[in-house]
Amino acid sequence: MTKYLLGVAAIALMAGSVQAEDTSGKRIALSNNYAGNSWRQAMLQSFEEVATKAVADGVVAAADAYTTSENQATEQAAQIQNMILQGYDAIVMNSASPTALNGAVQEACAAGITVVSFDGVVTEPCAWRIAVDFQQMGREQVDYLATRIPDGGNLLEIRGLAGVFVDDEISAGIHDGVAKHSQFEIVGSVHGDWAQDVAQKAVAGILPSLPEIVGVVTQGGDGYGAAQAFKAAGRDMPLIVLGNRQDELQWWSDVHAESGYETMSLSIAPGVASLAFWVAQQILAGEEVPKDLTVPFLTITQDTLAESLETTPAGSVANIAYGMEDAKEVIASAK
Amino acid sequence: MSFFSRYRILLPVISLAVLLAATFYMQPRAMSYFGLNLLFNLAVPIALATIAQMMILMVNDIDLSIGAFVSLVACVTATFLNDAPLLGLLILAALILAYAAMGAVIDALELPAIVVTLGMSFVWGGLALFILPSPGGAAPGWLRTLMTVKPPLMPMAVVASILIAFVTHMLIIRSGFGTVLRGVGGNARAISRAGLSVTRLKAWAYGLAGFFGVLAGMALVGLTTAADANIALRYTLLSIAGVILGGGEFTGGKVSPTGAVIGALTLTLAASFLSFLRLSPDWQIGSQGAILILVLTARLIFSRKGDAA
Repeated sequence: MTKYLLGVAAIALMAGSVQAEDTSGKRIALSNNYAGNSWRQAMLQSFEEVATKAVADGVVAAADAYTTSENQATEQAAQIQNMILQGYDAIVMNSASPTALNGAVQEACAAGITVVSFDGVVTEPCAWRIAVDFQQMGREQVDYLATRIPDGGNLLEIRGLAGVFVDDEISAGIHDGVAKHSQFEIVGSVHGDWAQDVAQKAVAGILPSLPEIVGVVTQGGDGYGAAQAFKAAGRDMPLIVLGNRQDELQWWSDVHAESGYETMSLSIAPGVASLAFWVAQQILAGEEVPKDLTVPFLTITQDTLAESLETTPAGSVANIAYGMEDAKEVIASAK
Repeated sequence: MSFFSRYRILLPVISLAVLLAATFYMQPRAMSYFGLNLLFNLAVPIALATIAQMMILMVNDIDLSIGAFVSLVACVTATFLNDAPLLGLLILAALILAYAAMGAVIDALELPAIVVTLGMSFVWGGLALFILPSPGGAAPGWLRTLMTVKPPLMPMAVVASILIAFVTHMLIIRSGFGTVLRGVGGNARAISRAGLSVTRLKAWAYGLAGFFGVLAGMALVGLTTAADANIALRYTLLSIAGVILGGGEFTGGKVSPTGAVIGALTLTLAASFLSFLRLSPDWQIGSQGAILILVLTARLIFSRKGDAA
């Protein structure tokens, strides 16, 4: 029986190798610019798991992850130049800046290296982009609020890190959504830097000056901090849209048990790193891949909360691990 | 005097050579025209920023705003200089003048440079965000061509480093003007007794720093093709480390332009070397610091021996 299965596997492998080039000799590197929050930690772990398995299975020869010691575009540009020297066949990158790394990416492309950027994508045309529609993420939050609070009211917006394009994009989406649902008005906006402690301090600082708030639109990693600030100020808990962090989900689950509080949570799954890895592998295998791909975000509702909370380790963020099949699907849907 | 304290430049040169040899051993591919350029091209803006910092250290001050200033210049270069070259040049000239004015104010009002420059770093940072709220812009074509030029024999990064070291050496060490400027750091009272205005000289030193800061920002954009308001923030500390690594001192007007350029190259190389070592990023900052301490310790030991002899 085993022999028979092995035979089938061998035939399947051979069949596979007819249409696609062999990537078992190829080396892929991950260039990452920041590791200082739960999302990035989960992202690195996702990549590590998928990469280790792919190397063990002989799909690729090596898949190494590098993180710059400081979150700076110049550091990452140097890191990419080092990767060119190290002779990698593909670089998968989460970029510190959409534009400031274009020079280094150009050099990599000129050296014949496949560059796939994800999450923090680069604008350089020779690179592939696995982007998230961040604007849509903002719009969806307001759409959801409109279904829950049809009468509308005042909103508090928590933004991310100033000067980072993800922050601008999500915020633009939120404002777009508010323009569509005119019953809502954003009465305050603070920068939470995608960190609970920063968000808590910022929200606590602005709260005394605000009228009644019915909803809080966020960017992820800031919902729990906002909730704590509202609680400490003794104000009514508004509808806070969450960002898939474990502490946020845990809080949601707790208050739901207490008072039936319901909300929604959405963010990109850090597993997008593993998706980028497989996309790079597919490109190396000679697959025709469009330059711009879109990855859906991971939305958690009341129905899926318990399940998501169970699979998310403490201090981490809800995740999905992508496989080669998922990559093929994403590629096919973009064609 | 010992051999090393007489030839201060030797230690930086040896540090660079040792690190370079180790890098070539780890990554033989780096030992080529192409490889050297990749290793060092991002060191060119750092070297220019280090020279800018050296101008300030030369007059016994320290500049905590150079990183933010270079970022601002990068933003101006990627926007105004590209879209309206004349206006861009005017803004850059105004920035150099602002730097010179900052030097004059620091001296005339006897303000601590560390406080003024720290304050100014927020002004530069704010202006940069104002000009370029989200990353973008484009490098002027001529600048991109200049930074990616492939000269014969030696890669651009090496040629540029030699050129920067040579020009600043002539300016600061060989010329009479440079000697007077160094004198401000060595003995400001003697300079003013000689009938020269220290305020004016400090304004010159700061103006020169501004000039090299502008060059650093432009070179950086030429390499990256676009700017970002936070692009060069770490240059502040790198530039100070580069000057000191290159044999400069915090006080006394003791600086070495050649050493500063070599210091910048060494720092850049140290980061690449650690990355080739496949050291975990958690350890990299620490190791970078360790290399710095190692070189400085070596220098201290040699200079102590020199004093004793």
